[in-house]
Amino acid sequence: MPNILDLRRRIRSVKNTQQITRAMKMVAAARLRRAQEQVLGARPYAQQMVSLLESLSARTSYRTHPLLVERPVRRVLLVLVTADRGLCGAFNANLIRAAQKYFMENQTKEILLIAAGRKGRDFFRRQSIKMSAEYVNIFSRRVEFHHAHELAKKILDLYMSEAVDAVDFIYNEFKSILTQRLVVERRLPVKPAAPAETETPVDYIYEEPPEEIFSHLLPRYVEAEIYRALLESQAAEFAAKMTAMDAATRNAGDLIDQYTLNLNRVRQAKITTEIIEIVSGAAAAS
Amino acid sequence: MADSLPTRIQLEIATPERQVVRESVEAVTLPGKEGYLGVLPGHAPLLSELQPGEIAYTTSSGARYLAVSWGFAEVLPERVIVLAETSELAEEVDVARAERAKERAEQRLKQLHEANVDFERARGALAKSIARLQVASHLAEGDK
Repeated sequence: MPNILDLRRRIRSVKNTQQITRAMKMVAAARLRRAQEQVLGARPYAQQMVSLLESLSARTSYRTHPLLVERPVRRVLLVLVTADRGLCGAFNANLIRAAQKYFMENQTKEILLIAAGRKGRDFFRRQSIKMSAEYVNIFSRRVEFHHAHELAKKILDLYMSEAVDAVDFIYNEFKSILTQRLVVERRLPVKPAAPAETETPVDYIYEEPPEEIFSHLLPRYVEAEIYRALLESQAAEFAAKMTAMDAATRNAGDLIDQYTLNLNRVRQAKITTEIIEIVSGAAAAS
Repeated sequence: MADSLPTRIQLEIATPERQVVRESVEAVTLPGKEGYLGVLPGHAPLLSELQPGEIAYTTSSGARYLAVSWGFAEVLPERVIVLAETSELAEEVDVARAERAKERAEQRLKQLHEANVDFERARGALAKSIARLQVASHLAEGDK
């Protein structure tokens, strides 16, 4: 028969854990809201960037720009965007599994790896896979544009120097609070957006040759895309954390209920035994 | 032809972090790479890179100023779209920070003979801080 004291102690400990998970859920919810605002804030810039690229590409013969040319892919760069912290369900595990699968599928190629987020870095470091660069702690406060700027610079350097022929991204996209979508996507070379055909091309006055504008615009476009991926991942992380912590809080509640039930049973049994002892003692004495 | 010209411009200024301005305005001045550009409604389509400087625009309630660092502008007859790396309204400029940045950049430019000074970067930083201060100065004048 379990000891009453032990049960009490266990209930107390589960309650403490529950308090922590509940607090973590609240924090995740608050940060999720902010992360979502950031995603929304970044949208106009990204959209206008795309439409500008489209209208430019309809008018220029830019296709020779190195960011657009498809080279035979011998070496690829994989950018894995994970979270910095755990306790967010299967968020990181799914990413790492996808990355491993990616490694299996691309065995014929040479793969360079960049890890953004501590979890992915730690995993591949344990596997003693060399990384070309790592960016940790970018999610611990909040993602800012300069993070994306640095990451984009590194990626563009590698790509432009032909150290890699393509760049793939693995990250989680925020779909809703309950679901994240795992994305494995090629980001470089840039796929030229098909110009909208309904629009009649306007003749622009160019302050400088369109090719030049184009070559300045493209890296910025890559930057904006990377920024978007980081923001999506950030929002998805908080959503995953919120759901995970919500489930944990509920599980803790279930546990407490069960232990309380056990505790009461044990106490009842003890009282019953005591009563029987008293009654039989009195019967023996009389 | 002249009577079909629009009378106002829809001005949209966006940075990677947020939409800074979305407003119907009467006129805009942009810091184009080859010099400042004045844009009135009905301007011919134009595409330009921007250099660090100030964007000024007038609405019915008066003139407003923004600092921009590097960016792009697409001008259409009834619309101006600015994509800027950073952009701040006059009242958002951190004057003390801009002053410090300016001093730092000037220091670095003075040490040009030392090989490790990145001239382009220092010059860019200087231009950005000057643009911020200039924009902020409008606000100070308005207060008086």
